[in-house]
Amino acid sequence: MNLLSPTVTALAYLVAAVLFILALKGLSSPKSARRGNLLGALGALIGVTTVFLSTELDNIGWILGVIAVGAVLSVPASRMVQMTQMPQLVALFNGVGGGAAAVVALLELQHADTLGFLVAVAFTVFVGSVSFSGSIITFMKLQELMTTRPVTFPGQQFVMIALVLVVGLGSYFVIADASYTWAIALMALGLLGGVLVVLPVGGADVPIVISLLNALTGLAVAASGLVLGNTLLLVGGTLVGASGTILTREMAQAMGRSVTNTIFGAFKGGSTAGSTEASDRPVRSSSAEDIAILLGYANRVIIVPGYGLAVAQAQHTISELQQALEAKGIEVVYAMHPVAGRMPGHMNVLLAEASVPYELLVEMDQVNPQFKNADVALVVGANDVVNPAAKTTPGSPIYGMPILDVAEAQQVVFLKRSMRPGFAGIENELLFEQNTTLLFGDAKDSLTKVLGSVKSL
Amino acid sequence: MDGITLLTFFVLSVFVGFEVISKVSSTLHTPLMSGANAIHGIILVGAILVAGQAESVFILIVALLAVLMATVNLVGGFVVTDRMLEMFSGKKKPTPTTEGAAK
Repeated sequence: MNLLSPTVTALAYLVAAVLFILALKGLSSPKSARRGNLLGALGALIGVTTVFLSTELDNIGWILGVIAVGAVLSVPASRMVQMTQMPQLVALFNGVGGGAAAVVALLELQHADTLGFLVAVAFTVFVGSVSFSGSIITFMKLQELMTTRPVTFPGQQFVMIALVLVVGLGSYFVIADASYTWAIALMALGLLGGVLVVLPVGGADVPIVISLLNALTGLAVAASGLVLGNTLLLVGGTLVGASGTILTREMAQAMGRSVTNTIFGAFKGGSTAGSTEASDRPVRSSSAEDIAILLGYANRVIIVPGYGLAVAQAQHTISELQQALEAKGIEVVYAMHPVAGRMPGHMNVLLAEASVPYELLVEMDQVNPQFKNADVALVVGANDVVNPAAKTTPGSPIYGMPILDVAEAQQVVFLKRSMRPGFAGIENELLFEQNTTLLFGDAKDSLTKVLGSVKSL
Repeated sequence: MDGITLLTFFVLSVFVGFEVISKVSSTLHTPLMSGANAIHGIILVGAILVAGQAESVFILIVALLAVLMATVNLVGGFVVTDRMLEMFSGKKKPTPTTEGAAK
C-alpha cells in the first residue's frame, strides 16, 4: 500500500530509530531497563508497520502468515525456556537474524548496481552466514550437544588462511560481476568460517563469542540497510554493531581476556584445551550435618553461587538457606563474579528470580576484601571463578581472569556434583586445601539437606 | 538515497552506539546483549521488502524463509529480554505462573 508519502515514511523510520537509541540507553541502567526494552519493541513495531503502509508489496498474505508462524514459534519458546538456558536461546535468535540478513542481501544482488552496494552485498552475505553458523555452534556448545572444550585439528591455521583467500576471491567476483554463483559460494564459505572460528573457543569464552557474533549480525543488518537504501536498517544495525563491540570488549575485560586471544587463542597450539578427567587426589568430604554446624555457628557467611546452582534449579533453596541463617543473626551476602553462570549477569537474573534482595548481591571488587573477615565461604556449583590458578599458574587457560578470593575465608565449603573440573576444564587446587570441605551431590539435594539441618540446630 | 547520506547515517550511528553503552554494570550485560540482539531483528523490514517484491516463486520461498528467521529474532528477542528484566523489577513473592503469561 502506498498510504504514506516518502516524507511521512522517513519520519516514521526516524521515530523508530530514536526509539532504538532510547532502548539501548534504557537497557544500560537497572531502573529503566524494562521500559527501555519495551521502547525498542515499540520502535520495531513502528518500523514494520511503516514498511507495510509505505511500499507496494505483493504476497502480503504469505508474508503476514509467515510472520504469524514466527511469532507463534518464538513467543512460547521465550516464555517457557528455563532461565538457565537463556544464553543459548539468545545465541539462537542471534543466528537466525544473521541468516535472515544474509538471505536478504543475496536476493537483492540482482538490484545492486553501484560498487558500494555490491560491496555491501558481499559483506552482508558473508558476515550474516558467519554469524548464523557460529551462533548454531555456540548454541550446541551451551546446550552441551557437543563438547564444551576447544576443538582443534592439525593444520587448522592453514585451512583458515585458505578460507580467507577464497573469500577474498569470491568477494571480488561478486563485486566485479554481480555473480550469483559466487555469492552463493560466499554464503557457503561464511557458514564454514563461522564453524571454524567458534569450534576452537573454549567453554568459558563462549559468552564473549555470543556478544561478538551479535555485533557482527548488527553490522550485517546495517550493510543490508545500505543495499536496500533503508535508513532504519542502517541505523538499527549500526547501533547494535557499535554497542555490541563495546559490550564485547567490556565482557572480555571482566573476564580478564582479550578478544583476539579468545578467538585465536586455541590456534596457537591448543593451550586452552583443559581436561575433563576427574582427579583421584584425596579431598576432605563431609556430611550435610557437619556443614550445617559450620554455617550455623558462623558470624559471617559469603555465598558464592555458580552455574551448578543454576543447573540444579537451586536458586530458591539457597534463598531459603540464606533466610534461615539470617534468622539466626548470621550476616549473609552473595559474592557475584561478573561471569558467574554462563553469561555476564546471568546469575543476577537467576537469583532475582528467587527474590533474593538486590542489595545482598555484592560485586566482585567490593566482596573480595570481605572474605578475610568471613567465617565460611559457601561455594555452590562454582569452580573456575574461584580457581586460584587464575592468579598463580601463568600457563593456565584462565590465567589473568579476576577471581573471587574465597581462599581468604576461615573455612571454604564446596557443594559439588563430582570432582569433574569446571566448564573451562581445569583442576582447582583449592579443593585440596586444609580448610576446604566438600559435599558431593546435586546442589539442590545438598542444599535441602543442609537447610534442614540448619533449621534443627 | 545517495551513498554519502547513507555513509553519514552510518558514521553518526557508530558514535551514538559507542556513547550509549559505555560503562554498563556487568549485572546488565546479559539483558543488554539480549536487547541489542532483538533490535537487529529489524532486518524483518528488509525481509518483508524482498518478499513483497519477489518475481518468482523460488525467490518468494527463500525470502519468506528470511521473514521467518527475522520474525523469530525480533519477537523472540524482545520477549526473552522482557522476561529477564521482569525478574529484576519483581520484589514480590515468586509465583510459578510464568507460563500463564504467555500469549
